[in-house]
Amino acid sequence: MSEQTEVKTTVSITIDGRTVEAQPGELLIAAAERAGTYIPRFCYHPRMEPVGMCRMCIVEVDTGRGPALQPSCMIPVAEGMTVATESPVTKKAQDGVLEFLLINHPLDCPVCDKGGECPLQDQTLAFGPGESRFVEEKRHYAKPIPLSDLVYMDRERCILCDRCTRFSKEVAGDPLITFINRGNATEVNTFPDDPFASYFSGNTVQICPVGALLARPYRFKARPWDLDQVESTCTACAVGCRMAVQSSSNTLVRHLGIDVDPVNWGWLCDKGRFDFEAVNAEERLRAPLVRKGDELVETSWSEALTAVAEGLGAARDRHGASSLAVLGGARLANEDAYVWSKLARTVLGTDNVDAQLGDGLPAAAVLGLPRATIDAACAAGTVILLGPDIKEELPVLYLRLRDAVVHKGLRLVELSPTETSLSRLAAASLRHRPGEVAQLMGALLSGGRGAGPEVAEAASLLGDGPVVCVLGRASLAESPDSAVAAAATLLEARPGSTFLSALRRGNVHGALDMGLAPGILPGRVTLADGRDWFTSAWGSLPEAEGLDATGTLTAAAAGEIRGLVLLGADPLSDFPDRDLARRGLAAAGFVVAVDAFLTDSSRLADVVLPAAIFGERDGTTTNLEGRISRLNQKVTAPGSARVDWMIAVELASRMGADLGVESLEEIWDEIERCAPSHAGLTSDRLRTAEALDGLLPAATLDVETEGPPPTMSQVDEPGSNAAASQGMDHLPGNVQTEESALGSGTGSGPGPEGAGGADSMAAAFGAQGDTADYGEGTTPAEGGGEAEAIARTADAATEGTTVGEPSGGGTEGAAEERRAPRTIRFARPGGPGGPPRLDSYSLRLVASRRLYDAGTFVAHSPSLAPLAVGAPLRVNPADLERLGLTSGSRIRLSSSRTTLVLVAEADLGVPRGTAALVFNQPGRGAADLIDATTAVTDVRLETLAEASPVGSRSSRREASGG
Amino acid sequence: MARLSPENEVLAGQIIARYPRSRSALIPLLHVAQQQDGWVTDEAMAHIGELLGLTPAEVLGTCSFYEMFRREPVGTYLVNVCTNISCQLLGGEELLEHVEQRLGVKAGATTADGMFTVEDVECIAACTEAPCLQVNYRYFHRITHQGFDALVDDLRAGRRSDEIPPHGTTTRLRQTIPAGRWAGVGAVGLAPEVG
Repeated sequence: MSEQTEVKTTVSITIDGRTVEAQPGELLIAAAERAGTYIPRFCYHPRMEPVGMCRMCIVEVDTGRGPALQPSCMIPVAEGMTVATESPVTKKAQDGVLEFLLINHPLDCPVCDKGGECPLQDQTLAFGPGESRFVEEKRHYAKPIPLSDLVYMDRERCILCDRCTRFSKEVAGDPLITFINRGNATEVNTFPDDPFASYFSGNTVQICPVGALLARPYRFKARPWDLDQVESTCTACAVGCRMAVQSSSNTLVRHLGIDVDPVNWGWLCDKGRFDFEAVNAEERLRAPLVRKGDELVETSWSEALTAVAEGLGAARDRHGASSLAVLGGARLANEDAYVWSKLARTVLGTDNVDAQLGDGLPAAAVLGLPRATIDAACAAGTVILLGPDIKEELPVLYLRLRDAVVHKGLRLVELSPTETSLSRLAAASLRHRPGEVAQLMGALLSGGRGAGPEVAEAASLLGDGPVVCVLGRASLAESPDSAVAAAATLLEARPGSTFLSALRRGNVHGALDMGLAPGILPGRVTLADGRDWFTSAWGSLPEAEGLDATGTLTAAAAGEIRGLVLLGADPLSDFPDRDLARRGLAAAGFVVAVDAFLTDSSRLADVVLPAAIFGERDGTTTNLEGRISRLNQKVTAPGSARVDWMIAVELASRMGADLGVESLEEIWDEIERCAPSHAGLTSDRLRTAEALDGLLPAATLDVETEGPPPTMSQVDEPGSNAAASQGMDHLPGNVQTEESALGSGTGSGPGPEGAGGADSMAAAFGAQGDTADYGEGTTPAEGGGEAEAIARTADAATEGTTVGEPSGGGTEGAAEERRAPRTIRFARPGGPGGPPRLDSYSLRLVASRRLYDAGTFVAHSPSLAPLAVGAPLRVNPADLERLGLTSGSRIRLSSSRTTLVLVAEADLGVPRGTAALVFNQPGRGAADLIDATTAVTDVRLETLAEASPVGSRSSRREASGG
Repeated sequence: MARLSPENEVLAGQIIARYPRSRSALIPLLHVAQQQDGWVTDEAMAHIGELLGLTPAEVLGTCSFYEMFRREPVGTYLVNVCTNISCQLLGGEELLEHVEQRLGVKAGATTADGMFTVEDVECIAACTEAPCLQVNYRYFHRITHQGFDALVDDLRAGRRSDEIPPHGTTTRLRQTIPAGRWAGVGAVGLAPEVG
């Protein structure tokens, strides 16, 4: 990158008499802003194409033919350009534009959510005329009308800037809102009865420069000047979007996206944006519960912890440490996960730990495969998608990939069991039968010979070199073996290929990094490789590799698990096989749940410990790239709910052990010392401003020796405004819109002053580095710098050089230096071959997820819960016809587990021989059908008994008999 | 009254095929929809969206920009009476009053039998022929009250249906170009020939 920047010539322009160097092709408004001159604007947004809609940014520009008023968001800089942003002509134009924009604006600021943080209000004060000559009646509309369940529209306030409509079309790809009518009657609205049901609708509220678009969960909840905020990282899924968490009166009221270049570009999905409601929910657990007979009754922490220590201790003493297990942990922060990992290995003495609930991929694959970043995937040229519907499970990753496809020419090659949201954007979208993706990958990589023209065509898109693969779990009704085998095939055929994990759970990657997986210790090392190192650090380790979630529940069902800890895990809802989960929990002896809510599973526990969750605690989290960023506390946890690591420390102490940590800082220091992948990520570095965008551990960077690849915006505009816009977009600037840089604040909310925002934020985090460092740290040239800075530790971590003694607190520290164990490398697992043959009467089940499901956070967010509406069984029309069924009819669906009555719908996106269900929707569903111990789940479809069952069966035989 | 009929769907396919980008067919297809029902129904807009790979909202955005795409039912005959300055000076307002009395509806409304919709419009660019009105955008110049009554009688009796087709019927300039001189797409009959 740095060489590239050097060969580029800059463009000299004069802004208000000052000569400024701008990048060729840069828009004038952005160049001016980077040079410290704020030009007012409404429609311009750095993450969207300019439209020149609002005319607010007109300034006097002279390119040699004399000064003329031009919209600065529409003209690129040119050598010798002279710009006057404060000349009398410019001022008069700004006055005029604002007077015009206010003609129909109702000026109902006192009752408007936006009042106090409103770009229209602020810029009117700073640049407006003060008085309007317009005395006629203003245009009137019905006050806010719902555009969707989440977004309201006040058309009177709208200034038709085209931001929301552009966002929905350009960025989200859901153009469900548009300009309707013409002239004075123009309004933003939806098609009648076709609501703005986009997963990204909340972003339009955030970027609306007036109070026209309103979020239902926030409406009338707070005034901007009452808001208190911290910058944190969303844990609704594993993308790790940075956001501002805002509260009023110690209650979370709003999340706003923050623009960080490597991750979310300022966007959030609606689930991440609005699920703060669950944090505030009345149903939160406030005190520990212990079982007294059939009931869970409130008790003190002391009594509860003693009960847990006795229960687990008794099980361990009587049945051995391998009769204990810990399930879950993806809700936890990294520090919690580390401490629980240590507690399980040293105090409980078991390796039966698994942060995943049989719904992800084996930890060895997630941690061992060479990693790609989001930027690397978007810049890759061609990406193989092998996993779930990204839009449903990792929405903002979908936005990034979609942007790369639509605007930057990325080609996607999709391998999936059914059509997904990315299928129509893919250059090639190939279907495989559930459990057979490895075979399809093999065919694809061998050029598609003999596998049909579509595969051959897709193969031709791949080129010869390494590729980036987005790897996840497409269906919960099949084992992950096939996906892992496909990854192995890819890695063998294309050495150097990298993988971007598509696991969805909030901090599942952090939990795996911290060793919450059987056979895996903190820092991405195996139990075998890390035995000496961690025995030295921790004192003791379990002898044998433990069981994963499926193994644990199977063992529990067989009576072999006598003490089970559920760390925010709800196997009855989330484990793919509900029958096994039910039998396992029922027979598990002593069950402890550490959770924020009573779930189906925690209701069965013997002791329930209330946990503090997102927004209520500090710490760090790790996204699907391995990027570590900070969580910050904004509100206090309800009742006596505690942070997970404290629970672990207390529990250890009740069991007679000292985990040796007393603060998050100490825990992180220990992680940095002990976890080889995290060496060099000191807590000091985590507090620097550089860390605001998240830090990649050395072991992640290791696979990208060139350092982080350039991001798209940087490719477009080398050394561009990325730094400036980022600097401002971090707190405590007005994270909402870049107008926040407005020098003349109106007493609105937290006052932003451009890069000063970064400064004060860094100060808030106790940053050592100065602001200049921070601002430049985000330019592409410095992108490689980060890689270099930790290259030392990368070498250390991966090549086994000495990095000092891993002294776990509390254990005796030897002075001698030891070699850190190597981080895990992926190896093709031995395993069963392909799935069994499908008999001609059956369909193979696909169980995929939707963004809104019966999950705890959605279920406890009143605004989101109604959006989980369930879904019918989807079957290819040809299969329906073969079975003599019509689309929309009720059917009986049977697997080896049970029979459900469902509605079957024809869907051409589901291939023949496959039946698709949505997992974890309210009521009975896919989890009741799936047998997690088999490679695939086959189901049979029958008409409901309206016709005689015998008749229907025979007719089906006839239909398929030939 | 709803989506495009099977015949019109075929026609839509032919129209879409004329353009390098299917979205360019949006306005022609809205004309097809309006010709079918006399106005553009929501169902037709949704159907057009399906045919072009657009959301219904995008179709509505374009459709609603053009006032001559009607999104409410209109009568078979849309009567636009000019009350702008030239016509007003020469009896335009009286003419509108007469039209309203004769048809029994106020401007903006449709007769109960669905035959006529009356509208009060701004200048229709025929000031030299004031007072004037349009029926389905066909001009009637210097029209008298008696003349209008006769016109209504003729229309109700179907005597001028060849000259004034029902609202929404598309006609094309090429019909006035001698056969053989026109260089467009040949086989597609867009509209019923108007005699």
